[in-house]
Amino acid sequence: MKKRKILISGNEAIAEGALAAGCSFYAGYPITPQNEIITYMAKHMVKPGSVFIQAESELAAINMVYGGCAAGARSMTSSSSPGASLMQEGISYIAGSRLPAVIVNIMRGGPGLGNIAPAQSDYFQATRGGGHGDYRLIVLAPGSVQEAYDLTQTSFDLADKYRIPVEILGDGILGQMMEPVQLSVKKIKPNPPKSWALCGCKGRKPNIVKSFFLAEGALEEFNLSLQKNYEIIRKKEARYEGLFLPDAKVILVAYGTMARIAKSAIIQLRSAGKKIGLIRPISLWPFPQGPFNAKNKKLKYLVVEMSYGQMLEDVRLAVCGRQKIEFLGRSGGGVPSEEEIINKVERIL
Amino acid sequence: MEKIFTRPESLYDLPTHYCPGCGHGIAHRLIAEVVDELGIREKTIGIAPVGCAVVAYDYWNFDCSEAAHGRALAVATGIKRVHPKNVVFTYQGDGDLAAIGTNETIHAANRGENLTVVFINNAVYGMTGGQMAPTTLLGQKTSTTVEGRQKEKHGYPLKISEMLALLPGVHYIERVSFQSPGEVLKAKRAIKQAFRNQINNLGFSLVEVLSPCPTYWGLSPKESLDWIRDVMQKEFPLGKIK
Repeated sequence: MKKRKILISGNEAIAEGALAAGCSFYAGYPITPQNEIITYMAKHMVKPGSVFIQAESELAAINMVYGGCAAGARSMTSSSSPGASLMQEGISYIAGSRLPAVIVNIMRGGPGLGNIAPAQSDYFQATRGGGHGDYRLIVLAPGSVQEAYDLTQTSFDLADKYRIPVEILGDGILGQMMEPVQLSVKKIKPNPPKSWALCGCKGRKPNIVKSFFLAEGALEEFNLSLQKNYEIIRKKEARYEGLFLPDAKVILVAYGTMARIAKSAIIQLRSAGKKIGLIRPISLWPFPQGPFNAKNKKLKYLVVEMSYGQMLEDVRLAVCGRQKIEFLGRSGGGVPSEEEIINKVERIL
Repeated sequence: MEKIFTRPESLYDLPTHYCPGCGHGIAHRLIAEVVDELGIREKTIGIAPVGCAVVAYDYWNFDCSEAAHGRALAVATGIKRVHPKNVVFTYQGDGDLAAIGTNETIHAANRGENLTVVFINNAVYGMTGGQMAPTTLLGQKTSTTVEGRQKEKHGYPLKISEMLALLPGVHYIERVSFQSPGEVLKAKRAIKQAFRNQINNLGFSLVEVLSPCPTYWGLSPKESLDWIRDVMQKEFPLGKIK
């Protein structure tokens, strides 16, 4: 079979990636700027054995996904910031019930209804758990349409491997822009067998899917088992892209769309002989600590975000006071431009 | 000697955690009997609510899932759509089904999801200490309606079963009561019908059970049954609604 390359938007790439990963259950509610995902799924999830539901709310959508996961299907929902907020209750239950859901948040401006311009201001919500309780999600941030396609497939594998919800965190630009995408030649994966899933107790003891632990000590024991799982994920699943790091005097730190703009700025700065590098975290949780271990005290970091400094806190934790950290951020629809980045770099060099 | 009355296979042999005179134990048992009699234990998936019956799965010997408060019918929709040949039911109280989960209830019914709902109406929030429920009667004293429920302040008892009966997606709705052994037998027949409907792919079926909560009604178990007969059944008349 010949490899196929098609021109699609980031939103469509996420939907196509989900289908290639064997996602057989999707429930969602319309919200801009991610509507191409729900409409793509509606169009393509028509075969018997695949379930598409337009839910009555994001609350219902995430709880339908809870049901889809509990029944053993690779299940996904997608939304944008205000809708993602509504889903936090369900995500907490999904984390507490050890269900492998995939959740997409194509971020827009907030707080409140905000606007429909691209933003990166849900970083805290995604990487700190978002709902109630001591839990984490794996959070992946694609930086291109191709990566949106690839990482969506990875999300389903990670969700199943660790029985953990995985969030794909994109922004309105990534969702809307179109790029060529190389589709995988792999056959669509069948849903992996799940011994804990609900399908009727024929030939085995009943399975219970739940997050409620009332007996004394039971919840603490369960939460410790979650922490153990998170520790393994921290060690094994941190992902990033590094660019021009060895000789860099200033390292830009940016993710998603912001990292693309940062890259363009770096190419200009390098052609002017300025030694600038880039760390692009691909997993936002676990946050990649490794690339921040440089000993050079004169090195500076410049964190660039479409927010007023959320990933900045993780960079501070990773750098741990060894070097100076500068910040450039805009929010509410403002996107730091190449020129703004270059100006800032020149000021701090 | 022949045994003529035994514990259903679908019900574990456990001491109950429910209060004396509570209806949940009867409802759990009726469901277990129906599941056994229909021979569907190995393909049944129950959804437990948030409320006093949150640990219903501790009593039932078949697959079960938890759901967040009010979201049982969204979870059930997900499970049933993945496993259309399994039998999926929700077990929900009045607060769960008719207050916090009204939206999920109406839309699952309106989609005509092929599900069975056992709706326990005891006119109070039991788990949290006897607060007003959507189904609390006018004049009924609860810990949040200390002078009794007043229509001007608290609105009216919500007749969600009658509301749902208006929806074309709904196949069957019946209101039953645990007021006497005779009514319990009728309740079992209705629950069995609601399960049978699902097996026959007939669509959304709901049985509303008027169930005693002596603890938060401030009545003895016997007085509670009389109160169902004399007061509650007047507001919530028994019988097939659809």
